[in-house]
Amino acid sequence: MAERIRSYEITPESVWLSRRAVLGAGVAGLAAWPSHALSQDWLGQRGFAPGAPIADEAETPFEYASAYNNFYEFGSDKDDPSRHAHEMTVDPWTVEVSGEVAKPGKIGIEDLLGGIDLEERIYRLRCVEAWSMVIPWIGFPVKKLIERFEPTGAAQYVAFETLVRPSEMRGQRSFFSSIDWPYVEGLRLDEAYHPLAIFAVGMYGKVLPNQNGAPLRLVVPWKYGFKSIKSIVGIRLTRRQPPTTWNLLQAREYGFYANVNPAVDHPRWSQKTERRLPSSLFAPNRIDTKPFNGYEEVAPLYAGMNLRKHF
Amino acid sequence: MNPVRTRRVDWARPALFVALATPFGLLAHDFWLELQSPGAAFGADAGEAVTRYLGEWAIRMLMLTLAVSPAARLFKRPRLVRYRRVCGLFAFAYAVTHFAAYLALLAGLSLRGVLEDFIERPYITVGIAGLLCLVPLAVTSTRGWQRRLGSNWRRLHRLIYAIGALACVHLLWLSKGGYGEAALYGALLIVLLGERVARVALRRRGAVGNVRGRRGA
Repeated sequence: MAERIRSYEITPESVWLSRRAVLGAGVAGLAAWPSHALSQDWLGQRGFAPGAPIADEAETPFEYASAYNNFYEFGSDKDDPSRHAHEMTVDPWTVEVSGEVAKPGKIGIEDLLGGIDLEERIYRLRCVEAWSMVIPWIGFPVKKLIERFEPTGAAQYVAFETLVRPSEMRGQRSFFSSIDWPYVEGLRLDEAYHPLAIFAVGMYGKVLPNQNGAPLRLVVPWKYGFKSIKSIVGIRLTRRQPPTTWNLLQAREYGFYANVNPAVDHPRWSQKTERRLPSSLFAPNRIDTKPFNGYEEVAPLYAGMNLRKHF
Repeated sequence: MNPVRTRRVDWARPALFVALATPFGLLAHDFWLELQSPGAAFGADAGEAVTRYLGEWAIRMLMLTLAVSPAARLFKRPRLVRYRRVCGLFAFAYAVTHFAAYLALLAGLSLRGVLEDFIERPYITVGIAGLLCLVPLAVTSTRGWQRRLGSNWRRLHRLIYAIGALACVHLLWLSKGGYGEAALYGALLIVLLGERVARVALRRRGAVGNVRGRRGA
């Protein structure tokens, strides 16, 4: 465990070297953004293009989206993340990109995002537990970041990894958690390259709260929420389908694809409907779940696949 | 000592009633808060929060009910057993309202949805099974039924151990990744059940003598 923590700690040499590597790769605009964490000021300087609202679907208020979370690194109750995630240090933050790439490297988060335009994306978020929200994310397409590291022709999948730091993540210290940290997720490369798949650094016009996966998280709106991995420290391009946390835990319940699909029930929750949060006692706000969470444009990614088998 | 007079000064019973009903009272207070401003008490997912709250209290009351007899033996206060019935009835009340909350708030009052859940989702199957098992125990909890059933009453009410186990399995199977609560109640159940098993085993070997006649289970 201790070994693992150390590997994520910042070492000035490697950061410096990787900075040079990125600069060497000809990334524009780095000089314009002095190296500091993703603060509110940072976001203010960067700015973002506003997103289009979803017709007839109201945004979930920030107070709910930032206080009702699944982030097992901080505990298994919905309010554990908002109570305990402040214990996680997000500055400094480095991300290691490795595997089937021509330019692997370990890079500070600000440099990683240098020169990438931010935009707002208002997406539905459908949890496998049959609740959902509408959240205005601030981010950029996954493809934009991954391409910088020049994946080789052999790259077929991309694997993501969340921070492991038990000293700051009490869920990782919990004796009763059955998760084998780090939390890992993955996508087929063509899924990751779909324009709807984004990395988010903010939401509701602010930088991401820790409980929502600061400073960098994945958002794949047509898949169940657990695919959208939080607080990413590792991105690895691979030839083979990478292991994913919930699938490792319960393969019968959680598939690799995990596309939102009302026709395939989960052994614990019916996926036919969802509670759009906030769901109050007097207005439960129960709505029908749509295939691909309403993002039917991703269907060609799965042409010819049996989605009951590849759930 | 005059038994009538003793009963009159027994403040323990109303005090116990108030204590056992307190979680209902807190819930009523939260309902009131929620009426004033939605989300204030139950957060983003009110149905889930209320169902969970009632379920947690149902299993706590169940454990409390199971703990009464061992506590009476441990503290050598056989009369404590008098309070077992009210504990059991509160366990039943929390379990029934837990189910009602699930039915109204999560299953959208759809009997078809409940039936589907009962068939397809094992944690709901065992939850409903546990609740159904509680019904005959609640019905026959009166002194009249106790007399009518004679020694069968005791046999029937051993069902409470199975119900405790069903409740723990229900909690375990609905937990996604954190098994702390299920483990806690499971361990408690094993201790409470173990105490009885050990006692019966000891009695069979003649070490404890005739406890059964004097103190009941």
